[in-house]
Amino acid sequence: MNVARGAPPSALSAQGVAIASADRPARWPLLMWLWRELRIGLSISLIAATFISTMFRDPFLRTLIYSLCIGLSIQLLIESGRYFGSAWRLKRDPGNPEATARWPGWMWMGPWAVVSAVIGYFGGSLLADALIGQHRTHFPFGPDLHALSVILMLSLGFTISAVYFLHSRGRMATLQALTEAAQRRATEAQLKLLQSQLEPHMLFNTLANLRVLIGTDPERAQAMLDRLIAFLRATLAASRSGSHTLADEFARVDDYLALIAVRMGARLQVQLDLPAELRGHAVPALLLQPLVENSVRHGLEPKIDGGRIEVRARRDGDALVLSVRDSGVGLGNAQTGGTLFGLQQVRERLATLFGERASLTLHDAGDADGGVEATVRMPMQTAR
Amino acid sequence: MTPRALIAEDEALLQQALRADLRALWPELQVVAAVGDGEQALAEALRLRPEVCFLDIRMPGRSGLEVAQALAEDWPADEPFPLLVFVTAYDQYALQAFEAQAVDYLVKPLQRERLAASVQRLRARLAQRASSGPAPQTIEQLRALLASVAPAPAAERLEVIQAGAGHTVHLVPIDDVVYFEAADKYLRVVTPEREHLIRMSLRELLPRLDPAKFWQVHRGTVVRARSIASAQRHESGKVSLKLRERPETLTASRLYAHLFKGH
Repeated sequence: MNVARGAPPSALSAQGVAIASADRPARWPLLMWLWRELRIGLSISLIAATFISTMFRDPFLRTLIYSLCIGLSIQLLIESGRYFGSAWRLKRDPGNPEATARWPGWMWMGPWAVVSAVIGYFGGSLLADALIGQHRTHFPFGPDLHALSVILMLSLGFTISAVYFLHSRGRMATLQALTEAAQRRATEAQLKLLQSQLEPHMLFNTLANLRVLIGTDPERAQAMLDRLIAFLRATLAASRSGSHTLADEFARVDDYLALIAVRMGARLQVQLDLPAELRGHAVPALLLQPLVENSVRHGLEPKIDGGRIEVRARRDGDALVLSVRDSGVGLGNAQTGGTLFGLQQVRERLATLFGERASLTLHDAGDADGGVEATVRMPMQTAR
Repeated sequence: MTPRALIAEDEALLQQALRADLRALWPELQVVAAVGDGEQALAEALRLRPEVCFLDIRMPGRSGLEVAQALAEDWPADEPFPLLVFVTAYDQYALQAFEAQAVDYLVKPLQRERLAASVQRLRARLAQRASSGPAPQTIEQLRALLASVAPAPAAERLEVIQAGAGHTVHLVPIDDVVYFEAADKYLRVVTPEREHLIRMSLRELLPRLDPAKFWQVHRGTVVRARSIASAQRHESGKVSLKLRERPETLTASRLYAHLFKGH
């Protein structure tokens, strides 16, 4: 996946290249890497050389060699300071997001930038001297203190901009990684939601029943198919999130239970209770679906005699209370695999929409029929 | 001899359909029992001794796999073991295991051609099958099948068992336990001195035990290996286990007899 896709090129170009090349093998990996790492140093050195050679009327090539040596030495120092500084910080504080993105923090990088500028300046000058084979005359240690200070200021300016560039690059990488992780989680959750609602076992069993009914009772087959269509349509719509009225919610629960009833026959009794004044109230779409499915799958299906399921809505002051209750095998006897995901998903949706003001509780039903009751409480205010 | 079959399928429509399809594809097959849950499936199969059993995987009471395990353990040694065909709508892991173990299975919705192929294979195998007990390769097949669908070991090992009795809770260190035995909805936890009842199924317990220390020897029994003094093999394929700290004898079923090789 190319994460830079669609990002504005001006803001993210550095980022885009860095990350995209990590994912997509470049044709010249070493050259690409060198260019990526050195382009800021190279371009600043070039600007500095042009500036100085014009200002002091020095030969351009000579100035360029000096500024390149100085610029690249400074960059080398900054980069190693950044590398060792962040490694040290990561050791003391594993998982620190800044340090993970190779940024040790301004506390360390500020002073280090000044040190890098001074050492880089003198070290780079010596290197350039050696390269040119000429010992310093008027440049860089000429008698002209004015020129020296200008050049020192320039290298300091270069250093700070390089450090700033590296810093923002690191920060953008961190932000990008966080955004990506969040997006991935959201996509995963949506997929899982869809997958849990289109539970293959339920789907194929329903189709198996349909296949039989088509031969024996076409009219009933048609009615069952209509229920299945409504259920699938609602599921696909709900996976794109959104809300609908409680009347719709109950209609979808009814569709689902009708499909299950064809399969379970007399083993399933259904009771839906939605007060007229709550019919138009908006709720997150198919919020109850995982709860109803858990009741069927983990409560009633494993029970030899089956049982009943009751879905109710009521108002309790400022709260809307929705409950799904079954007379199944109960929490203690339920086989836990799979139940948790449905519950977690309902909790997450409630938390996203209402924060602390909504809750989902699950407990053994207190009466002689046994089974489990799941209760959702949420504010009466209209859901987003 | 007319072959007889048992159908275990909890959904009435699917049960009827399978019957009808079998009637068309295998007219001489006599369906002697059609049941809707695992308990009945086991009881009826043991009572009627059919030649073929169609077992739905997800059924109330016992799953089809659990029925198969119980049949392998309880089937009389002098009777030919039934051919098993598992039926499932969608069980990813079970299907992989069936495929790997070359076990007969059908997927729902049942398709005529697939069922016809299955019927043909069953007929061929009925014609040449062994005359008594579960054949060694059937046992091998079932053992591998059960192992591959067993839940993965839990990260958290059980160290101490809490067994309530009235107002007292007894804490039983796991190393004190000689064996566990399933008893209806409970589990008997037997130590050298006494026994406790806990509300837990063997299925929940097993992943939390160290498989090197505790061996399952029967669908309802898990015993601490260190506590086994001797094992005696029987003609039937079962093995009697004498214990060090307890007077009673435990039975290891055919499915677990391979644990006691004796060389």
